[in-house]
Amino acid sequence: MTSQPRTLYQKIWDAHTVETRDDGTALIFIDRHLVHEVTSPQAFEALRVAGRKVRRPDLTLAVPDHNLPTTARRTASGARVPIADLESAAQLDALERNAPAFGIRYIGDADVEQGIVHVVGPEQGFSLPGATIVCGDSHTACHGGLGALAFGIGTSEVEHVLATQTLLLKQSKTMEVRVEGGLLPGVSPKDLILHIIGVVGTAGGTGYVIEYRGKVFEEMSIEGRLTVCNMSIEAGARAGLIAPDEKTFAFLKGRTYAPKGADWDAAVAWWKSLATDPGATFDKSVTIMASDVQPTVTWGTSPEDVVAIGGVVPDPASFADPSKQDAARASLDYMGLEPGQRMDEIEIQNVFIGSCTNSRIEDLRAAAAVLKGKTKAANVRWGIVVPGSGLVKRQAEDEGLDQIFTAAGLEWREPGCSACLGMNPDKVPAGERCASTSNRNFVGRQGPGARTHLVSPAMAAAAAVTGRLTDVRKLT
Amino acid sequence: MEAIRQVEGRAIPFGRKNVDTDVIIPAKWLKTITREGLGRGAFESLREDPDNLFDSAEFKGSPILIAGDNFGCGSSREHAAWALLDLGITCVIAPSFSDIFSGNAFKNGILTVVLPQEQVDRLLEVAKTDPIAIDLETQTVTTPFQDRFNFEIDPFRKHCLLNGLDEVGLTLARDAAISTYEQKHRAELPWLAAGTGVAA
Repeated sequence: MTSQPRTLYQKIWDAHTVETRDDGTALIFIDRHLVHEVTSPQAFEALRVAGRKVRRPDLTLAVPDHNLPTTARRTASGARVPIADLESAAQLDALERNAPAFGIRYIGDADVEQGIVHVVGPEQGFSLPGATIVCGDSHTACHGGLGALAFGIGTSEVEHVLATQTLLLKQSKTMEVRVEGGLLPGVSPKDLILHIIGVVGTAGGTGYVIEYRGKVFEEMSIEGRLTVCNMSIEAGARAGLIAPDEKTFAFLKGRTYAPKGADWDAAVAWWKSLATDPGATFDKSVTIMASDVQPTVTWGTSPEDVVAIGGVVPDPASFADPSKQDAARASLDYMGLEPGQRMDEIEIQNVFIGSCTNSRIEDLRAAAAVLKGKTKAANVRWGIVVPGSGLVKRQAEDEGLDQIFTAAGLEWREPGCSACLGMNPDKVPAGERCASTSNRNFVGRQGPGARTHLVSPAMAAAAAVTGRLTDVRKLT
Repeated sequence: MEAIRQVEGRAIPFGRKNVDTDVIIPAKWLKTITREGLGRGAFESLREDPDNLFDSAEFKGSPILIAGDNFGCGSSREHAAWALLDLGITCVIAPSFSDIFSGNAFKNGILTVVLPQEQVDRLLEVAKTDPIAIDLETQTVTTPFQDRFNFEIDPFRKHCLLNGLDEVGLTLARDAAISTYEQKHRAELPWLAAGTGVAA
């Protein structure tokens, strides 16, 4: 009997099924659990109250990222700089105490390996193709760029994984997002995923796991693939996947927790077997022409509110769905925009280059290439560049990128989540606009009243130079 | 987790689509290390409006919330479920929910009821003036006007909600099956089972 052709998702699911109940609910084994300070304290507390231990501390890695200030964390003499926000400090302290108390490897706030969980996982070789990876953060979808089944979980599930190393799950439906052709010059992976979210819609992927397929993804760097998969959740999909290939293997080889020697060869052999079989079917398929994708920006307060930089703010009346019309009106009111306004005439006061979506070395190189020899416009009040990890920071400094940013009038910061969600002091003031390389333009996301326009790193850099949203292709 | 069988009372006729978890509970409220007291931050930006539904004499403390499509999209923060519970909400009705939010709600004993848009529209109308009732056992939503809508729910979730079961405890009882799997997994993919190498 020959086996049925299977998708990448199905293969990873099958390899991790502990048992399946009659109703289809399965107990799924989790290979990697990333823990940060915001969604874990209540989980550790619950374990403590119930007298339970962490089943597999060796499959768990803890690192603080959301609350940490991105200013210096140690004085010249090496003493810890106190964190002014006492609640933030208490949450960070809790992780620093909980991780060793439960035997979990902890990367500290001033360690060079510290960074955003979704940058640290791949960088350390902790995240691997074919693995099941979870974290109490919805952007865990990111690790799918390596060909891992990775998704965000809530705190009760964090507790469940800590205690049992499994999750009770129902199988998701599968969606193929097929991109035909290659990207135009000056168009980045961020532009592509923003465009895809515009097509699929913010709820279009609910209940699905997306597999991104097509030549464009094969040609894309690992950093780019991580950016694309990262934002799968903005299309409603809990996970996004790209099949692992030689680029994936080259990216991982030699990293701290990646397999070594004979283990490496065995791992590569298994990883090569994971790609979706010819003839495997998806529950839904969406096709996108790469040549349709322009440098893309958001105009509203949902990541599906996208438009090409050469376009205009849409008229709410132009949407067929009455509830979407209402939402668009509310969005434009919040954003302070008028229908018909040209996107490339919108002035910005803030620039944020960072977040788990766009803070890897390639992102910083793309921003620096635009900023080299230029300075920020006079109306840009505040611009920060926040590397995704201490290792990204060091690499960027070795390449002189930090000098380019500071010469342009942007601030070069310590790694963390920063102004993506403003849990630390990095916030955008009410009523001001920010060209941001992050992933969410929700109401109040970057601070109460803050107006976010999601863009790629190169587009954020271009906006810094001109002081308005700008087509980066017209800048040089 | 509290067992849940019936929810009856006034329902907040909210109706909004794509309500993200940043709206349900903004990031500044996530710095807590407990699950309590988050009701104060729930829907904070909407409650700046003095005429908001949540603080109105009529709907304050209502056990039911009626929302639009894709309720709870965005961040995985379970604080959204804790915030609703702290407001006194134990049942949310909507045409659809985000995957992560519905899981978080379930694990905290909040019943999420999915109904077609036209039935949700009818309930939004009734809720303005009258109470509604949800019965988990019979999987029905009823109004004082003889409306009776049936809803689907995963049988396992129903069982857990009706009995207030702790999922971690249930899974720990499967310890032998997990151990058997771990041995097989380690034998087949030893490099994947190695992790960080700290003592397990």
